[in-house]
Amino acid sequence: MRVPLYRVAHARSGDKGDGSNVGLIADSPELYEVIAKQLTAAAVKEHFRLVCRGEVERFEVPNLNALNFILHDSLGGGGTESLKTDAQGKTHGQGLLTLEIDVPETLLPEP
Amino acid sequence: MTTVRIGNGQGFWGDSVDAPVELLRGGEIDYIGMDYLAEVTLSIMMRQKLRNPEMGYATDFIGFVERVLPELVERNVRVLCNAGGLNPNGARAKIFEVARKLGVKGFKVGVVEGDDILPRLPELIAAGHDLADMETGAPMSTIVDRVTSANAYLGARPVVEALDEGALIVLCGRVTDTALALAPMAHEFGWDFDDWDLMASGTVAGHIIECGAQCTGGNFSRWWEVEDLWNVGYPIVEASSDGTFVVTKHEGTGGMVTVDTVSEQLLYEMGDPEAYVGPDCVARFTSIQLEEVGKDRVRVSGIRGEPRTPTLKISASYLEGYKATGQLTVSGPRAVEKAELAAETIWKRLERGGVVFEDGQKTVELVGVGACLPGITPPPDDPPEVVLRLGVHDDDRAKIERFGKEIAPLVTSGPPGVTGFAGGRPKPQQVVAYWPALLAREEVEGRVRVTVEEA
Repeated sequence: MRVPLYRVAHARSGDKGDGSNVGLIADSPELYEVIAKQLTAAAVKEHFRLVCRGEVERFEVPNLNALNFILHDSLGGGGTESLKTDAQGKTHGQGLLTLEIDVPETLLPEP
Repeated sequence: MTTVRIGNGQGFWGDSVDAPVELLRGGEIDYIGMDYLAEVTLSIMMRQKLRNPEMGYATDFIGFVERVLPELVERNVRVLCNAGGLNPNGARAKIFEVARKLGVKGFKVGVVEGDDILPRLPELIAAGHDLADMETGAPMSTIVDRVTSANAYLGARPVVEALDEGALIVLCGRVTDTALALAPMAHEFGWDFDDWDLMASGTVAGHIIECGAQCTGGNFSRWWEVEDLWNVGYPIVEASSDGTFVVTKHEGTGGMVTVDTVSEQLLYEMGDPEAYVGPDCVARFTSIQLEEVGKDRVRVSGIRGEPRTPTLKISASYLEGYKATGQLTVSGPRAVEKAELAAETIWKRLERGGVVFEDGQKTVELVGVGACLPGITPPPDDPPEVVLRLGVHDDDRAKIERFGKEIAPLVTSGPPGVTGFAGGRPKPQQVVAYWPALLAREEVEGRVRVTVEEA
């Protein structure tokens, strides 16, 4: 079944220079496997295509059922230089959670 | 086994002024760590110190000491902070002045110095240290005449030294936030600074609590699960000598500590999880094990570390022109189109006046229809209102000033339904930009100085 990530994961984001980092945590080890297969760096880049002008880097943190993404060049200069409302990428975690993936129904929580 | 309770009462400069007081009064606590330095705060302190040589530290911290000093002394709750900024000795003198006023005596204040490398920049660069920007690779020589602060991130060792000498309050300048949690552990348990797993354990504990309420329910994805966020408890780690610890908060406070809230904070501002580089060690976040062992109690164990690197991170700031932002609220039918017309009107009038901002020097945001997450959250077709937010950046202060004069006229000479022009004309702000770099550790460490004085 196709569901937004917020049904099966949670996230937090912050700034790393002129990039942001988005940590995504799956709700179980099984869901981590499902998410890790589909949520490639390319998929995240496509989702943030109007936000992130650089590369997306992806790291696995299986002990926390988590993936970490670095969205390079996505803050309009970053820190004090940026003119953006979200100069620190604080909203990027919430943004990632709207991306949709395929999850077997047996792994979905009660709606 | 004995444990030591270490809290964080201030996650950043501008955090709640009541939080550290609540943390102190809300239950048992042995140490309180407090962070006051954002990336470019030291640059602001430099300006304050130039105007008045007695300033240059975080004055908010003095306010905290004024409120709680007798309790700190009576209960022997020790406070570690980076509020010393560029003038920790000045901060100490002010604390002693406060103590005299309150009639409090018989406590010690430690000062850690040696992080400030600004006066040494020409000498360091001449000696072949390029202090290249870690993001762009550009050498610091390209901006050195505009640098307004340059400080090395010190680790836990000098803080431990101050604690060993009996300091109740330790005032640092640039020290890592994580060191404020690692230092009391190393002091209490007599940890070996070359035991990388223990150094990593204290570093991870520090990372979890360094942003205050961000591990106790603040900024949590599933905010609807969090009770009494208004009264959120700031975090406490109960540390054991073997490096394991429990993340918790005072009973009776709001918020929550769960594997989920702690996991989110662990990933906050994370780069490569295999290598979290700090001055005391390299921590491996892929080794961390979390387990809920009670209500609002998460046990953290298994943490592995690697040897510290031969360099220290430098946080420098430099002047990079001026900026201003201004906004108007546009309401009624076709608000988006009207806001776009208003923006175009402002740029064209500026151009008529000979003021042109190139593409990289200006932004237009329509707040309310996807300014933060363009292309991700679909905007409504015809929202009842939008906030038009314009920003400009330029080396020429006069251009920025001219921009500031072009916002208000839109209320009478733009499309209808334009309001919300409050607070006067946007004023040019000097941009203080951030320059992260690396420097050989031995250039700094031999000059770090710890002094402990009694009131």
